[in-house]
Amino acid sequence: MTTLGRVRRPAPARAQPPARARVQEDRGVISPADRRRRRVRWTLRAVQVATLLFLLVVGLGPVLWMAKSSITPTQDTLRAPMALWPGGFDLGQFATAWTRTHIDRYLLNTVWIAIGSWLVQIVVATTAGYALSVLRPRFHRVLTGLVLATLFVPSIVLLVPLYLTVVDVPLVHLRLIDTFWAVWLPAGASAFNVIVIKRFFDNLPREIFEAARVDGAGPFQLFWLIVLPMSRPILGVVSVFAVIGTWKDYLWPLLVLRNPSLQPLSVRLPTLQPTTDLGVFIAALTISSAIPIALFLLFQRLFLRGPGLSGAIKG
Amino acid sequence: MGSYAERDVIPRVAVRRWPRVRARFSRDGLSTFLFLVPLLAIFGLFSWFPIIRAFVMSLQETNLVSIPTFVGLENFARVLADPVFAIAVRNTAYFALLALVIGFPIPIVLAVIMSETRRGKGLMSALAYLPVVVPPVVSVLLWRFFFDASATGVFNTMLGWIGLGPLPWLQNSASAMPSIVIEATWAAAGGTVIIYLAALLSVPPELYDAAEVDGASIWQKIRNVTLPQLRGVLFVTLILQLIATAQVFTEPFLFTGGGPANSTTTVLLLIYHYAFQNSLGGEYGMAAALSIMLAGFLAVFTAGYFWLTRSWSTSS
Repeated sequence: MTTLGRVRRPAPARAQPPARARVQEDRGVISPADRRRRRVRWTLRAVQVATLLFLLVVGLGPVLWMAKSSITPTQDTLRAPMALWPGGFDLGQFATAWTRTHIDRYLLNTVWIAIGSWLVQIVVATTAGYALSVLRPRFHRVLTGLVLATLFVPSIVLLVPLYLTVVDVPLVHLRLIDTFWAVWLPAGASAFNVIVIKRFFDNLPREIFEAARVDGAGPFQLFWLIVLPMSRPILGVVSVFAVIGTWKDYLWPLLVLRNPSLQPLSVRLPTLQPTTDLGVFIAALTISSAIPIALFLLFQRLFLRGPGLSGAIKG
Repeated sequence: MGSYAERDVIPRVAVRRWPRVRARFSRDGLSTFLFLVPLLAIFGLFSWFPIIRAFVMSLQETNLVSIPTFVGLENFARVLADPVFAIAVRNTAYFALLALVIGFPIPIVLAVIMSETRRGKGLMSALAYLPVVVPPVVSVLLWRFFFDASATGVFNTMLGWIGLGPLPWLQNSASAMPSIVIEATWAAAGGTVIIYLAALLSVPPELYDAAEVDGASIWQKIRNVTLPQLRGVLFVTLILQLIATAQVFTEPFLFTGGGPANSTTTVLLLIYHYAFQNSLGGEYGMAAALSIMLAGFLAVFTAGYFWLTRSWSTSS
């Protein structure tokens, strides 16, 4: 629960304490006195440089290898996969992946699935959070408990019954297989989103709601004009993780989207591999990871300051 | 931010002052119901109903054509009698154990070193986290090249530099699982590093000061102050990691498909095989029974884990 606690207080974390106080606060295992000792300083420096090099090779290395191999002709990659400098450049591999392997279509499917899932998640989480936190119907505690309870059910329990539900949706008897709805709608049932947003709404100042009510705002105006605009930070967090989560999804879209022309990149790539030229295929892998990596670089703070969020977003 | 007291008091006072407002907005009006519709529809259809259905299905013979019939515990009996079941359980346990041995210490060591770093900490955590945002399918397909068993494979080329012979990696039933765990650790460690970094920030500096007064060395401080202070977080990440590794699917499915010779068939792969291998309609009952057994085991295991560790982890 510490995770949720951290999310709802983003503003004070950014406030910097005065420099002097920070120096005192900032000490870790190694004392300031120890840091001034030569042996400690040099050992520490060596360990840090080694760690940085390790992280460069292990964290960035595979991604760089992928980027390099996507512009290296296949034959060079096969002959000397670890050559630092490509023997020749072949930007055509991107063009081939894009047009002949139809990565454009699958990328568009992924984008489309991500947008829809994002929208459903945001609508469900904000309306539910607003109802449970601000409007508080009589049974709101029970409902919150029911939402919370689903967090403790491992996602594997849902797999088969959810599949059968999507094959034939109860009450309305619709078949959602081979439509994007099969991915969009179940994405909305994210207890994590609802709880995070409800906790954020819980901490908005009630005085403002009362003032708005006194001024004659109805529940819809309160939601649209007051609550939502005040929640931009948390909506940003939930949105970024929703998009990345959908992008990473594999098993569910594999099950419910059988028609290749509807499948997202993650589902298509494994089936494309045997019939695709290596260089072209790696170019396709590079295209697939470009958007999540770009989102990460843009919103680094959300990822690196919101511990636990990334892990908890998917069952 | 309002304190808890404030949050509780203000609506109550306001309610007393504005009884009409309360009647109009706060209680069970049509508009409240409208705001609850998305929650009730989506969670009802795609979360609550399937969870209940999983339990019902595990007791039924279900295919998509005929009406389901109750068969008691037959599905459970058939799963237990399946020779692959024991193999899948063993493989999953082996995967979890390897992931623990390889994947649990690395983030701790990295986080402790990184938290002692003044400059470049941001760069280091970004580098550590980068693999987490690469889509799992891309990582697995990329690492399949790295694990290429020929002498010109990426890892085998690197081993060649230090004079080690080519390893079979995924092609051999002894090394396939460790190879998968290496990739899975690479893909997940960054998230844990970030959690530990945040937890390390909350270790009170006075504890280190006090340890120094007692003449503790750096090692002793790490062992007797840092790690005990991280205890609560470590307990939670450990159980979360076990729960996650028990449900591993994408990696074994895409790396080896369970091979060679079932050496990487995990419980999830077996569930997938039961339910979706046969395109004409699968053994949904058996798949549901196995997933409920797995979830039940995880629940009992988690409860036992917290019960056993309750006296160690309460202080933090």
